[in-house]
Amino acid sequence: MASILGSQTRRDFVAAAGTTIATAALLPSAALAKPEDVVAEIKKLYGDKPIAAGKIKLDLPTIAENGLVVPLNFEVESPMSEKDYVKAVHFYADGNPNPAIANFYFTPMSPKASAQIRIRLAQTQNIVAVAEMSDGRLYTAKKEVKVTIGGCGG
Amino acid sequence: MSNPTPRVRMPTTAKKDEVIEVKTLISHEMETGLRKDANGTPVPRRIIKQFVAKFNGREIMKADWHTAISANPYQAFFVKVPESGTFEFTWQDDNGSVYKSEHKVTVG
Repeated sequence: MASILGSQTRRDFVAAAGTTIATAALLPSAALAKPEDVVAEIKKLYGDKPIAAGKIKLDLPTIAENGLVVPLNFEVESPMSEKDYVKAVHFYADGNPNPAIANFYFTPMSPKASAQIRIRLAQTQNIVAVAEMSDGRLYTAKKEVKVTIGGCGG
Repeated sequence: MSNPTPRVRMPTTAKKDEVIEVKTLISHEMETGLRKDANGTPVPRRIIKQFVAKFNGREIMKADWHTAISANPYQAFFVKVPESGTFEFTWQDDNGSVYKSEHKVTVG
């Protein structure tokens, strides 16, 4: 007795499913950013001002199985008072089609320079954060996230 | 695409100057503009590009979102409640639409 799905239909179905998965992924063939692009983006905002390491606590998984939903959690150390607060925090990805991820702008009304979001990563890459304090000091932090797409290993 | 619906979870009462966490979620595809449909036609970009949180009209924080933000954007952050009042959250869509959500918090 023939199955409900004839062999031709089944092949079509598999092919169609494959296409859907390919288009749903972040187009690995598209031009991807390079670490230099992230440096250029930061230069656009802050020129050649010195940037120190530290102050930013970046909470990202070391290995992300699904690059479409990667949790990103951060907190910048600051008293968050009228005189001394975190003005902005910028996030960049050095291997995505577009290096910019998000920019956060805080005010002394914010009790903590902290937020939690979910981001898309096209491949294994570094996430770079730059924080600008109200007095103009800049801090940075970086973390590599290994991305496993389709369980093929990162 | 169905109409984006914002959802916000936060307490309705707080102590004076209490720091509370606000969790927000909005249903939105966050179309990057890089994807092609089954016929190979590029799908036009349409994302939520900005999120703003205000309390009694004063800005607390805002965020610019780029194409790297996941579909159905989730964002959690912290606010302080200096007095009873209304928190207003707005999401700005690429197509000009603005989605709003208001939450009253009573200090007592």
